[in-house]
Amino acid sequence: MLQRDRRDFLKLAGVAGVTFTAGLFADRQASAQAAGDFHFVQFSDTHWGYKGAANPDAENTLAKAVATVNGLANPPDFIVFTGDLTHTTDDPKERRARMQRFKEIVSALRVKDVRFMPGEHDASLDRGEAYKEFFGAVNYTFDHKGVHFIALDNTTDPAAKLGDEQLAWLAADLKQRKTDDRIVVLTHRPLFDLKPDWDWTTADGAKAIDLLMPYTNVVVFYGHIHQENHHMTGHIAHHAAKSLIFPLTAPGSQPKRAPLPYDAAQPGLGTRDVTVGAKVSFTELPVTKS
Amino acid sequence: MKRRALVLLGIPLMIGAARLAAQSPVEVRISARKFEFHPNKATVKLGQPMVLVLTTEDRIHGFKMPDFGIRVEVVPGQETRVSLTPGKTGSFTFLCDVFCGDGHDDMDGTLIVEA
Repeated sequence: MLQRDRRDFLKLAGVAGVTFTAGLFADRQASAQAAGDFHFVQFSDTHWGYKGAANPDAENTLAKAVATVNGLANPPDFIVFTGDLTHTTDDPKERRARMQRFKEIVSALRVKDVRFMPGEHDASLDRGEAYKEFFGAVNYTFDHKGVHFIALDNTTDPAAKLGDEQLAWLAADLKQRKTDDRIVVLTHRPLFDLKPDWDWTTADGAKAIDLLMPYTNVVVFYGHIHQENHHMTGHIAHHAAKSLIFPLTAPGSQPKRAPLPYDAAQPGLGTRDVTVGAKVSFTELPVTKS
Repeated sequence: MKRRALVLLGIPLMIGAARLAAQSPVEVRISARKFEFHPNKATVKLGQPMVLVLTTEDRIHGFKMPDFGIRVEVVPGQETRVSLTPGKTGSFTFLCDVFCGDGHDDMDGTLIVEA
């Protein structure tokens, strides 16, 4: 798989970070160019409300990232948040207070087309009750410039399942697509078994991948693991994003997952600028642009 | 006569008992609560049939041991029993996979299978 990853992703030096180009949508090159490239920014795992040694600057990191994205010379068409907007709490009142404060901070984003998704920290303890009050649906679709986006929820079920109902909804949505349509899936947990003994998986994620497999132009962006990771299941690429709270250890690098020690330079934190056209490419953005 | 028969049968009986002991399931009881398993380490023998007896002290937790394909939910007031005969040696992680709060990520343990 590693060889496949290396073959499929061309690593280029970027100004603000590192750019990956994924060989996707190749058979839709002409129509993609006709529709025009666009880009969106992915935020993930902001964990608003976290307090701890893994990020002594936790109260400021999200606001700094918002300022960095606001400063992009070419503003994105829209912004997505792939879950764990807030850090978990047992107190329903505090959960809502964190969601309220999170919304206030991200309201400073100049781009107003913002799509949210839940993570287990937001939604697993109350099956998404508070999340829905603040952010609405936990799974949905939208279309942008000829690309079909599907947001999948694998966190409101505390056992990390998509569930039969959502899988049926996904199947019905995909039936309306042509097999070469360009499809971007957004979700929180990896849909594949990245590291099951670290809970880096979706219990029934393989069923979603099976449903997506007949479609030739699919890419998945997700979060949860607090670091970049690039993986192929057949022709489907899965890209994990950095977090905005603390990076976690690489999968399998040690017996137990753990936050990496805090580094004031924050190289392990950031957002991602995704360009979609004939191919999908993305650049990792640091929290604060130097 | 009866006693002699027993003596005469002693050796095969001892072998049979040893086999029975090897085949009789060993119970390993593990209790869950936020955010730990107790005990969080258990040692068993390779090939020894065992039954994991899982309980919870507070709320629903998951018990997942990917290396042996085990995944169950542990419900308050119930014993969840899982039969297993380890066929490989090593240290194998088990973890809670039902999100239970801040600390959930640290709720795991190790089953050690010795030769």
